[in-house]
Amino acid sequence: MKPFSFHRAASVADLPAGATIIAGGTNLLDLMKLEVMTPDALVDITRLSLDRIEPAADGLRIGALVRNSDLAADAVIRRDYPVLTRALLAGASGQLRNMATTGGNLMQRTRCPYFYDRRMACNKREPGTGCAAIGGITRNHAILGTSDHCIATYPGDMAVALRALDAEVEIDGPAPRRVPLADFHRLPGDTPHVETVLKPGEIITAVVLPAPVGGQQRYRKVRDRASYAFALVSVAAVIRVQDGRIAHAALAFGGVAAKPWRDPDAERLLIGQQPSDALFQSAADTVLRLARSQGDNGFKIPLLRRTLIATLRDATGMEAAA
Amino acid sequence: MTRHLRVDEPIHDSPLDQMAQGVLGQPLNRLEGPLKVSGRATYAAESRPRGMAYGVLVQAAIPAGKVLGIEDAPGAIAVIQDKRMIRYAAQGLAEEGPKAGPEEVEYMGQAIALVVADSLEAARHAAQNLKIRYDVQDVPVDPTAVVPELPPKKQSSTGDLDKAMQQAPFSVDAVWHTPTHAAAAMEPHAAIAEWDGDSVTIRAGLQMLSSNRKQMADALGIRPKKLRLLAPYVGGGFGSKLGINAEAVAAAIAARELGRPVQVVMTRQQVFDLAHRRSETRQRIRLACDHEGRLTGIGHEALVSNLPGSDFSEPVTQATPFTYAAAHRQIVHAVARIHRSCAGSVRAPGEAVGVTVFECALDELAEAADIDPVALRLRNIPTVEPDTERPFSSHKLAEALHEGAERFNWSERRPPRQRVEGEWFIGMGMATAVRVNQLVEARAKVTLGPDGRAIVETDMTDIGTGTYTILGQIAAEALGLPQERVEVRLGDTDFPPATGSGGSFGAASSGTSVYLACEEVRQQIAKAMGCEAVDLTLQNGLARAGNVEKPLSDVIQSPLVGEGYVEPGKTEKSVRQATWGSHWAEVAVNRWTGEVRVRRMLGLFSCGRILNEKTARSQCLGGMVFGMGIALTEALEHDPRDGHAVTRDLGEYHIPCHADVPHLEVHFVPERDPYVGPLQAKGIGELSICGSGAAILNAIHNACGIRVRDLPATPDKIIAALDP
Ligand SMILES: Cc1cc2nc3c(=O)[nH]c(=O)nc-3n(C[C@H](O)[C@H](O)[C@H](O)COP(=O)(O)OP(=O)(O)OC[C@H]3O[C@@H](n4cnc5c(N)ncnc54)[C@H](O)[C@@H]3O)c2cc1C
Ligand code: SF4
Repeated sequence: MKPFSFHRAASVADLPAGATIIAGGTNLLDLMKLEVMTPDALVDITRLSLDRIEPAADGLRIGALVRNSDLAADAVIRRDYPVLTRALLAGASGQLRNMATTGGNLMQRTRCPYFYDRRMACNKREPGTGCAAIGGITRNHAILGTSDHCIATYPGDMAVALRALDAEVEIDGPAPRRVPLADFHRLPGDTPHVETVLKPGEIITAVVLPAPVGGQQRYRKVRDRASYAFALVSVAAVIRVQDGRIAHAALAFGGVAAKPWRDPDAERLLIGQQPSDALFQSAADTVLRLARSQGDNGFKIPLLRRTLIATLRDATGMEAAA
Repeated sequence: MTRHLRVDEPIHDSPLDQMAQGVLGQPLNRLEGPLKVSGRATYAAESRPRGMAYGVLVQAAIPAGKVLGIEDAPGAIAVIQDKRMIRYAAQGLAEEGPKAGPEEVEYMGQAIALVVADSLEAARHAAQNLKIRYDVQDVPVDPTAVVPELPPKKQSSTGDLDKAMQQAPFSVDAVWHTPTHAAAAMEPHAAIAEWDGDSVTIRAGLQMLSSNRKQMADALGIRPKKLRLLAPYVGGGFGSKLGINAEAVAAAIAARELGRPVQVVMTRQQVFDLAHRRSETRQRIRLACDHEGRLTGIGHEALVSNLPGSDFSEPVTQATPFTYAAAHRQIVHAVARIHRSCAGSVRAPGEAVGVTVFECALDELAEAADIDPVALRLRNIPTVEPDTERPFSSHKLAEALHEGAERFNWSERRPPRQRVEGEWFIGMGMATAVRVNQLVEARAKVTLGPDGRAIVETDMTDIGTGTYTILGQIAAEALGLPQERVEVRLGDTDFPPATGSGGSFGAASSGTSVYLACEEVRQQIAKAMGCEAVDLTLQNGLARAGNVEKPLSDVIQSPLVGEGYVEPGKTEKSVRQATWGSHWAEVAVNRWTGEVRVRRMLGLFSCGRILNEKTARSQCLGGMVFGMGIALTEALEHDPRDGHAVTRDLGEYHIPCHADVPHLEVHFVPERDPYVGPLQAKGIGELSICGSGAAILNAIHNACGIRVRDLPATPDKIIAALDP
């Protein structure tokens, strides 16, 4: 690992310029050992008081240092935002969730194996060198929003649920602001190394949830094994059915793009309709209309379709009736 | 003073059954368990000799070619390129070092140099940032894109299989693929080398010290006597530590050059690149049977791969010639020469993938002929080994099938898609378990002191299987001592040589040598007691003959020493030795996502005398889980362009873990095998791997009607065949 300086921050104002933040370290440390990330300076933020879950105007504010385990177990989250608890518990392992933080989880890097392997060309790791994944083993790569420069996914689960919940990210720095999660992660385009809108010198201080919307909440993650493994595809769904018709539909997808994916057209198509397989099929068609296979990952297209249909059947009560 | 046994004849009455201590076979806890769970068992990388430096292997970033130059690394003490460094690990039981000369690159990831520094971090940083110039060569990396070799000795044919296929009322002719597997032991390969004059001591994670010593001495160009290997604790091997590997050779060379101890630990990724892989296989199976389900034709064609010039090739069809009988048979074994990392023995080489695929084919035949899969197997059990007509040393397959069907409630199995629970199709599957058995040379020394304490010494290893415990039990039984009065010392080449841990032969072979050494000691006690050894009873530290009973301390004045030496003899050839069993699985397949969840598994195994019910059972549980990995999750993917291993960490190489493993049940079918020596015990660990994946794959078919022939059966393979 490349030598670095280390500083333990006492307050948000105490973040040295140019230092890389370390929180739980469960992702950063691995990447530093492999020298995929080579920061000159680290700042440990775990002493900052950002570890509370507290009421905010009409919703809930989750501090950036709240551990994944604590967030998943929180009584209010479990009652009002169960899709978030389910997504968290579908991720990583118990030990990792004990260390992983809310901010770090949002910022976790892709699991593209070529990104992890310094012998390989990678535009994300070293801008302008090319993308070795294209034409290689692409089983875990994206089908939506890819570019010729990068086909990696954002691998996390928590953010997929947050996306379906319309969460916002609270950012501190020279210009404090709040950004909808929808705009937080970026698609690769020709700058795949720029993964979020976070600028140097900025820090995530919290994630803010709007007032609870109720409804049936599901997080369905399909993976290669039941013990920890990243999603092949995942679906977060918040669905409310009223008088036999769908009144609210929020759907977010993981494992398919460089950000938690959402498709307003597909949701619009569902609203006001009676649940049916045909309806769900056309929602899936809409989500996947621009999907592109890289070869190995082509299965994600039918898999996402099937997982979405199964989730919608479940959330609308069709599965139980069948 | 050495009791020598060549196993030429069966031993039907084992003297061990006449002994009185009653400790053999007991489900005792592992002796070294408390040390391991409290961090006091020192593995290869865990000692800290004074002045130790840290080495990190440098790996080639090209598929093949020549290293032209490596520039010096800032922050490193040395960058060592030595002609003696090896290109890949030695194969199990090799007597020489593997091919050396790291400047020639044969596969991507090959070790080409060692960087040494004062800290692990500095060494790793330097190793990761070396500027290396290469002359790159274009080489094949895809096994299906080259014309394979057909080693003449590995082909065989009896009768006319083509004709049998044409004439049979029922037949199966299909092709299966299994991917590359990694051993994936928890402890990464590691070594610490320390010289004293012209002698070197190497602590390393190794399975077979006596052959490892020859390999290492040859690689270093020193005499074996100048080399001591220590491996008291090994964190799993699964074949990957059968032979010496690059880290230990490099550590020894560097330690000599720098005049200080050097430690080299592979990174997890290096373990995937540098430990032997199990070759991917392409297997075509042809089966033909008559109206009653009697097999008339068996064809098993395998394509495997390895580096050019490597003599190991995955023995896929090893059990096929003797598992079932048929008049017309054909075995084809083809080897593609490609530049992926070196292939070698991994977790039951041969049968792990060969039996798995064969047993899937048999399930397809049962379906085609509309015969119950259990009945089909029972109908085809040979009475003697086909072709050679040798008798079997023991054969409890039928018992394992009958008892398994009973215990598993096999009669409740329904046709595909008939059992549905919510989104899940439920199904049952079964398979035969079979694995060749082998006894190998082994030596041990036993010392019994006047204090009634015994010490067992052999260079045998305990790779986490329970060897310390069972060797202690054998000595305790034979010497009539409570288990805690026996100390077992392993993993040191200063002790008498055993063959080591591998091929499931460790317990029976090493155990026999310990037993023989004890017999020698018993003889000496008998002499002191003035009786014949057969008339001597030893129990709880007392010696009894006729109506004389004395504490051992009254009988022995100075320590008694006995050595035991067992070697295979005529029974190796006069009978077909194998272990048998049956596997049963119930799975759920999700009709939407194609996810497979194993709900329960049962294994029945017959492997001779069970030396310790608990450690034996643990071996079987682990083996059944390996089978799950083969069926459902494990695949080391290689890049199609340069052949490098892509899924090279434990996050991407999916071993079944806790949430994947349901209730597993293991039973032993009681048996003794007289042809393997006085212990009458055989190999266990690997048997439970062979076929367990087939039970799962057959259960998938029974659940949802889908045959996955391209393993592992991940969700993509299932949904490809499910209705939209
Ligand atoms: C074996 C394994 C399996 C896993 N499986 C899953 C899974 O199935 N699903 C899943 O979702 N995740 C999975 N993960 C990833 C895990 O969730 C992340 O590693 C974890 O959430 C990261 O949080 P952390 O606090 O440890 O981040 P760190 O490692 O400390 O940091 C990660 C990144 O975030 C930045 N960062 C941290 N905090 C802040 C902040 N407040 N503001 C700005 N930047 C910040 C850091 O600079 C760094 O770049 C897995 C990880 C491992 C190792
Ligand atoms: S997909 Fe993206 S992360 Fe992966 S190698 Fe290509 S550029 Fe790098």
